[in-house]
Amino acid sequence: MDSLLNIERPPVYCLGCAHDKITHTLDKAFQNMGLTGEKIVMVSDIGCSGLFDTFFNTHALHGLHGRALTYASGLKLARPDLNVVVTMGDGGQGIGGAHLLAACRRNLDLTLLVLNNFNFGMTGGQFSATTPPDAQVGSGFLNQLEHPLDICRVACSAGAPYVKRCSGYRNNLADEIRQAIEFKGFSILDIWGICPGRYTKKNRLTPKAIDATLAKLPPLEGVMADNNRPEYGAHYRKVAAGQKSVGEPLKIDAEFSPPRPGRQEVILLGSAGQRIITAGEILCLAGLTAGLHTTQKNEYNITVLRGPSISELILSPEEIDYTGIERPSAIVAIDQEGVDRRKAMFDHLDKMTLVVAIEGVEIPASKAQIHKVDLNSLGIKKTDWALALLAVLAKLGQILSFEMLVAALKIRFKGKILESSLDLIEKAGSNSS
Amino acid sequence: MSLTLLEGNEAIARGAVAAGCRFFAGYPITPATTILNAMLSLLPPLGGVCLQGEDEIASIGACLGASMAGLKVMTATSGPGISLYSEQISFAVGSEIPIVIVDVQRLGPSTGSATRGADGDINFLRWGNSGGLPVIVLAPVNVADCFTLTIQAFNLAEKYRCPVFVASNKEIAMTRESVDVNALLIPEIINRAVPPDGTKFLPFQVHNDQGVPDFLPIGGNVLVRQTSSTHGVNGYITTDHNEIAGIIKRLETKILSAVDEFSFYETYRAKKSETLIISYGVTSRAAKSVFKELKITNRPVSLLVLKTLWPVPEIVIRRAARDFKRVMVVEMNLGQYIHEIERILPDKTIEFLAQMDGRLITPHAIKEKIFHG
Repeated sequence: MDSLLNIERPPVYCLGCAHDKITHTLDKAFQNMGLTGEKIVMVSDIGCSGLFDTFFNTHALHGLHGRALTYASGLKLARPDLNVVVTMGDGGQGIGGAHLLAACRRNLDLTLLVLNNFNFGMTGGQFSATTPPDAQVGSGFLNQLEHPLDICRVACSAGAPYVKRCSGYRNNLADEIRQAIEFKGFSILDIWGICPGRYTKKNRLTPKAIDATLAKLPPLEGVMADNNRPEYGAHYRKVAAGQKSVGEPLKIDAEFSPPRPGRQEVILLGSAGQRIITAGEILCLAGLTAGLHTTQKNEYNITVLRGPSISELILSPEEIDYTGIERPSAIVAIDQEGVDRRKAMFDHLDKMTLVVAIEGVEIPASKAQIHKVDLNSLGIKKTDWALALLAVLAKLGQILSFEMLVAALKIRFKGKILESSLDLIEKAGSNSS
Repeated sequence: MSLTLLEGNEAIARGAVAAGCRFFAGYPITPATTILNAMLSLLPPLGGVCLQGEDEIASIGACLGASMAGLKVMTATSGPGISLYSEQISFAVGSEIPIVIVDVQRLGPSTGSATRGADGDINFLRWGNSGGLPVIVLAPVNVADCFTLTIQAFNLAEKYRCPVFVASNKEIAMTRESVDVNALLIPEIINRAVPPDGTKFLPFQVHNDQGVPDFLPIGGNVLVRQTSSTHGVNGYITTDHNEIAGIIKRLETKILSAVDEFSFYETYRAKKSETLIISYGVTSRAAKSVFKELKITNRPVSLLVLKTLWPVPEIVIRRAARDFKRVMVVEMNLGQYIHEIERILPDKTIEFLAQMDGRLITPHAIKEKIFHG
């Protein structure tokens, strides 16, 4: 195969830079694999390793520092047939650490070549995530205070199924690169090299010294048997193919008449876990069965099973603009927490408002009419109170009719849940009005 | 008429799919999470991809990669996530990568209040890229807009090769609303332009009077380069200041000069009204209530609802305000868009109603301001 090097843009590295040697070796690996440029996308980020994409006649995407793996993930998921080869330096591993961990865990078929030269070459030899603490660097004494990162050990524990490190001066580097690219899954090759422009100006590092240091580290075979598992993209497509289509949202025709004309504002005051939002949705659906426009605006704390839960609902024959409640027709008081949160509202109520409240919930003084309901004695659970009070409202001829409520439940629920909810509204409606 | 009950976020997701979106990546954040949930239900059965990124930076990065592979892409977040998107937004702006970015705004600053609404990011969206180049921001008013404006957002992203923001708000996104799906006006779908056969392709080359380069995907038979660095038409770094100036100017002009083609707005005029209210987003609904209420009184007002916020639709605003001496801007922040209105209408009295406390601005508050200043 022909070389994929871009003869119009030869490498521009400092004399003696490991990146230069790795550029030519990567080209050899591509040739050995018989790959043409359109089968490859080189993805790079910032720094000297970020120049790699310009040296090859392949597809290329050069982006922001440390983010190369993010683009690579999108490219590979969109085009599973492409060989996605990512080059990043040791700097990119530091700033993009979250993406390295995610790539290892996700196991998308990407190849990450780390051009590890132990410092930020381009910006002045500052210390990176892999700089030894005893090195002289462009960041003064700061590297003495931090522990260098072993990229491969991190990758192994994060679940990378192919992890290897080697010297950039190794004779068989082209084979190492080829094996990493041919591996079906996320592969990381940590390639150690020398930065003559910055690092070795003040520190002694030779290919021999790199070999000696590597020899002292526990060997890595490439394939990590413990981390071996299905490649993410293929796995995704297999699982996704079995997902059922959700279909179009339901269109509901008007079949009933609402019990009262005009705009009706309702507010449900409860607490988290009482299915306040679901009850609000059911009231909206009931409105749709009478051809009414509806809105449902909810308020709750970020906590899930604690704190107030409030749903504001509007049912109107006219288009609804403002979605807040100004003059409620009905307040459904289900729990003290919700009532307390909206205490101020009660000051402004007039006798047009009906408060339907659970017995025991303390209602602030107001001019509104109050209708108390004892659902405890009917054996109705707290989680069903919101729905039960909608049945009470319907029986009182307010806001919605009973047939609207039944129709809404038939839209919202199926099977046993539908049966039990129909039983519930029957019980609540017939015993408490 | 039949009605459907939908929340704004689901409408955005369904609009995206209708526009041809087949890649979504996002990171959970209230109040945008239900877009991620909806895309996860909608995309896989269509052969699309929905990814939960390890963070916001990764989510938008994956979208940019997938967009360069030729897919229509979307991501969604809220203020804290937009902050993290910023460097990638700049990439999409400068390197002309089509993407739709939904910002479901919540009360800031910072992590603020996750479940309270606001329109506090309006200037941030415009100015949140390094370099300060223009972007397109559309602001839905209701669930119907969430659907149709999202389709428009995709069309604009494809046509102008740029990020397009949908500036939603918790109060639209997580509010369920009845909508007549059959009555929605669905825009025609636009796809990014491909180069004519037989021409030599350079990734950022424009021909004749083109403002936007043709697109070929990474992964096709023609080699494609993409770069976040300052580049020439060939996609390689350039230091030629004339070429740089030309490309930067084109990036600005392609957006600013086209705003008349996508100035979405609604006007409500009442005879003998002396005040024009200008508003956008969910707040414009309170303003519309006021318009309807006062229309039949002896003190009516008129209303301009802007749905294209950036670039500023200056012609629309000047035309709407022409006959009014008094203009009142109402927005759910401490005053952001008002500065644009003041800039465009220097000869008018501009009044202002702002509120930034997590609550909707009420029709009552707007009337108070109209009558009592």
